[in-house]
Amino acid sequence: MDSMTIIAVASIFTAGITTGFGTMAPALGEGRSVATALTSLAQQPDASATITRTLFVGLAMIESTAIYCFVVSMILIFANPFWNHVIAQAAGK
Amino acid sequence: MRLSPDEIIFWQYGFFKLNATIVFTWGLMLVLAVGAKLITRKLSVGLERARWQNVLEIIVIAIAKQIQEVGLSQPNKYLGFLGTLVLFLAMAALCTIIPGYQPPTGSLSTTAALALCVFVAVPLFGIEERGLGNYLKSYAQPTFIMLPFNIISEISRTLALAVRLFGNMMSGAMIIAILLTITPFIFPIVMMALGLLTGMVQAYIFFILATVYIAAATRVRMPGTGAEHNH
Repeated sequence: MDSMTIIAVASIFTAGITTGFGTMAPALGEGRSVATALTSLAQQPDASATITRTLFVGLAMIESTAIYCFVVSMILIFANPFWNHVIAQAAGK
Repeated sequence: MRLSPDEIIFWQYGFFKLNATIVFTWGLMLVLAVGAKLITRKLSVGLERARWQNVLEIIVIAIAKQIQEVGLSQPNKYLGFLGTLVLFLAMAALCTIIPGYQPPTGSLSTTAALALCVFVAVPLFGIEERGLGNYLKSYAQPTFIMLPFNIISEISRTLALAVRLFGNMMSGAMIIAILLTITPFIFPIVMMALGLLTGMVQAYIFFILATVYIAAATRVRMPGTGAEHNH
């Protein structure tokens, strides 16, 4: 296998795995945080504004790790510097 | 497959490029500034007021209340900076309804610029509230060993602010673009609604995080009692 094939295979494979893990782990974390928020809402309904706001801030922080994984996958597929370098080499030959 | 509105160039002269990010940012600035100027031309303090003034008052009071709830007891000092942040980001997200519009926050340049503004504003407000010595001492709290970690956390949360906003807005635009090529028209519309929702939530998150960082920087510890308060 020449380097072009290796780079392509590695990029596609890694992009898929990155998105896979990036969706699983934050989903677990967010599920736990929403469950705890619901429990505390049931115990203290009059603090719902604070609880809801804190919940959303926490969810956004957890979501940002998923977004990092998404950005890396997009870079691997669409803006891959190794792939561009190899393509430029092949075109220049 | 376009990764950001930076790549749509309307006009170029040597080094200076007029790309879609700049054009849409200026358009948003124009709409916000001219709209605010028009609405506040004749302000009334009585019970009779124009509809748009009412809308603006609701928005400003809501923002001030949020700032106060996070812990800054004098919201008017920070209302200019934080209110501008949230209004600009909310408007940028809201205007995706308009066809042909690309949110300028879908480009890493815009979000990095906004995150850098917060990065500069937090020490500025902190020094203004607590004085230079006290603010610098806070980096060595609770022990001196925490000094490099505090500095690293400052930099990393600025980076996180920028990438979080960029990733959310860019992913919304990209999913719609991909869906438009493969599915009937109803799905991109649903995804657009979802993109609107996440855009507004991310605007709110950016604003709340900036407020929390400023509140953390302007906290004043009363010596001896251990109680904290904001001036």
